[in-house]
Amino acid sequence: MTRFLKSREAILLGALLALVFLAETRFSGFAAPGNLVRIFNDTSILIILALGQTMVILTRCIDLSQASNLALTGMVTAMMNAAMPGLPVPLLILVAVGIGLVLGALNGLLVWKLDIPPIVVTLGTLTIFRGLVFLVSGGAWVNSHEMSAAYKGFPRADILGLPVMSWIALATIAAFAVAVNRTSLGRAFYAVGGNPGAAVYTGIDVGRTRFWAFVIAGGLAGLCGYLWVARYAVAYTDVAGGFELDIIAACVIGGIAISGGLGTVTGAVLGALFLGTIKNALPVAGISPFWQMAISGTAIIVAVAVNRRRTPGRIILKEAKA
Amino acid sequence: MKDTSPESREVLSLEAITKTFPGVTALNDVALSLYPGEVTALVGENGAGKSTLVKILTGIYQPDGGTIRVDGAETRFPTAIAAQSAGITAIHQETVLFDELSVAENIFLGHAPRGRFGLIDWARLRVDAKAILERIGARLDPETPLKELGIASKHLVAIARALSVEARVVVMDEPTASLSQAEIEELYDLVERLKAEGKAILFISHKFDEIFRIADRYTVFRDGEMVDAGRITEVTEDQLVEKMVGRTMDAIFPDRTFDPGPEILRVEGYRHPTEFAEIDFTLRRGEILGFYGLVGAGRSEVMQALFGVTRPSAGRVLLDGQEIVIRSPADAIAQGIVYVPEDRGHQGAITALPIFQNVTLPSLPQTSRHGFIRMAEEFALAREYTERLDLRAAALDQNVGNLSGGNQQKVVIAKWLATRPKVIILDEPTKGIDVGSKAAVHAFMAELAAEGLAVIMVSSEIPEILGMSDRAIVLRDGRIAGAFEREDLTPEILVRAAAGYAEVA
Repeated sequence: MTRFLKSREAILLGALLALVFLAETRFSGFAAPGNLVRIFNDTSILIILALGQTMVILTRCIDLSQASNLALTGMVTAMMNAAMPGLPVPLLILVAVGIGLVLGALNGLLVWKLDIPPIVVTLGTLTIFRGLVFLVSGGAWVNSHEMSAAYKGFPRADILGLPVMSWIALATIAAFAVAVNRTSLGRAFYAVGGNPGAAVYTGIDVGRTRFWAFVIAGGLAGLCGYLWVARYAVAYTDVAGGFELDIIAACVIGGIAISGGLGTVTGAVLGALFLGTIKNALPVAGISPFWQMAISGTAIIVAVAVNRRRTPGRIILKEAKA
Repeated sequence: MKDTSPESREVLSLEAITKTFPGVTALNDVALSLYPGEVTALVGENGAGKSTLVKILTGIYQPDGGTIRVDGAETRFPTAIAAQSAGITAIHQETVLFDELSVAENIFLGHAPRGRFGLIDWARLRVDAKAILERIGARLDPETPLKELGIASKHLVAIARALSVEARVVVMDEPTASLSQAEIEELYDLVERLKAEGKAILFISHKFDEIFRIADRYTVFRDGEMVDAGRITEVTEDQLVEKMVGRTMDAIFPDRTFDPGPEILRVEGYRHPTEFAEIDFTLRRGEILGFYGLVGAGRSEVMQALFGVTRPSAGRVLLDGQEIVIRSPADAIAQGIVYVPEDRGHQGAITALPIFQNVTLPSLPQTSRHGFIRMAEEFALAREYTERLDLRAAALDQNVGNLSGGNQQKVVIAKWLATRPKVIILDEPTKGIDVGSKAAVHAFMAELAAEGLAVIMVSSEIPEILGMSDRAIVLRDGRIAGAFEREDLTPEILVRAAAGYAEVA
């Protein structure tokens, strides 16, 4: 318990609670359970994407293409739904996840087999995927009235007082909490990012491990493609434009070290919630969107500064040659 | 050589220099003097403190104690620039130059001639570079990008760079290590020129023939201490070897009786395009096989190939009489061959992960059910092996980064033992760890061998090879230079085989 109180997650949780409290003083009712549930639901997509991104960052890589992947998969499912309203929604979700996995695998293969730096690979695929949205749709929008009620209704459907979207986010969090701590692959993510050289000597295939991180991030981006388009009931080329930076910001605020090997699922979730709360709280407090951007940016830098004081452990004997 | 009371005109002198790193004393109360127009050879085994001394001389390390004098005046080199402006320059084993820049740019990087408005005067830079290259007899075009040059030419550029700053002291750290015979001859000529120009030269080398050929003086380091110094004419090769290896076996090694089991590993005709060739050896259960050689002799490279980190171009590996193919470390681990690398910082422990996760990392399949790790079993496995290695840590969920060097090494060894290997390769297992941990690692190696594990120990420490090995193989320049039974092992035999000095009887 004392260890938790000293962890960066505890600091972040404290900051999150302080933020909610502050917003409550400016706008009574902000901290009401109903509003908090609404904020969580609004942040669901960011949480899911941030978890995928966390896996990638843990392996000392980065995925800038998630938002474009989301836009492409969202557009494809929207067009399928518009063309064939009879297709069951679960099938469309499978298609979304499937396309997302393939796009993620493309990133992963380029990083693994061609050894191209991840930032370059995903900067490229960010543009390519976004361009494909335009090619697939011809630049046309898929509007609410073209989508079936089932398609739009699924993320909003209420189960035990929570929308399905929130349940999906909770399920994703739970799955990651288990997978990261209890599977070899989860452990390999930390090993590869923490010390790639040592990971090789431990029999871990660094490239393959990174590949799987990209595949996971891609699959989740695909899932979010459907969720996003269905929830906002519109698909167009610029859906979620620039959202990749929010995802990375959530990870960084959550204490996922950009240098890899350090970070937790809890951290990523809290980071996403912190960012989500800022975005919700500032408008109700009547703060202009430009200030919001400045405040979000400040939060990132403060978060990194706070995390900096914890070094991931000294490397002894950097210079053992005497 | 005119010899007018040289003691009074030393250019550079070090007195009582001490330097310690966590857990290791790299230099203890050493002295060194360099004289103009003379070559001083610095000899010593790997780990004797030579490189540390060079780093102190060039301002990269700060000594913990002692005095540096230039022309008799006490001084300090807080930065590499400070050492350079005091006229000290070093030519390293691995030349530290810039591949993408031209020869001329490399020579003058950081002190290029300036023209108007403080901009670099390119025309003069080229002319000056040409002049310096001619001075050292190097036929190089100043415009050539450095990456197009061979190692020998790069050395020449490094030397030209040294002269361009009007160096008075030139440190050469194993300059001939990667040169051909013809190139070495050219280097000797150059050293003569530098001597004639009155430079004081510190020449670090393992090769006795060249020491006796070009040095005027010698200084011997052993285990971080200066053992002897004098004029080269007053010493013989045998005496120098003896001073280098010393007669004391101060470390205490565990008593062990070698009870050889059946052959477990056989390596035949092992070859790598650039690192090693004609490597044949066998290993038996219960045996500790030492691999000795100078740094760069190819010992680690052979082991890395065996472990699947690099691919050999030819050769067979037989384990228990069965030929095996190792394509990756995962293959090697699956076959029961594990490797504890030398560079623990970069290849050993994952410092941001807790102890128990480091230990179980290669054993996760054994502690998992249906793809999920069983934490209790994982913890038990980690506890079993850390206890066996007598690891002193507050808790197993403590991060490895907070442990001392000796304990980090124990974590890495525990990690491999937990995979229950057949062959364990330990690369410099006690390098840079404190004496207490060293003894623990040695005792443990003896215990492993007694249990029937086959151990390969790569070591640059002669006492360790002598004290621990049942047999020892010496590598030189990527080839086996000799294989010796325990009873035949002496420090002299090892040094001679490794350095290629004289014929081993």
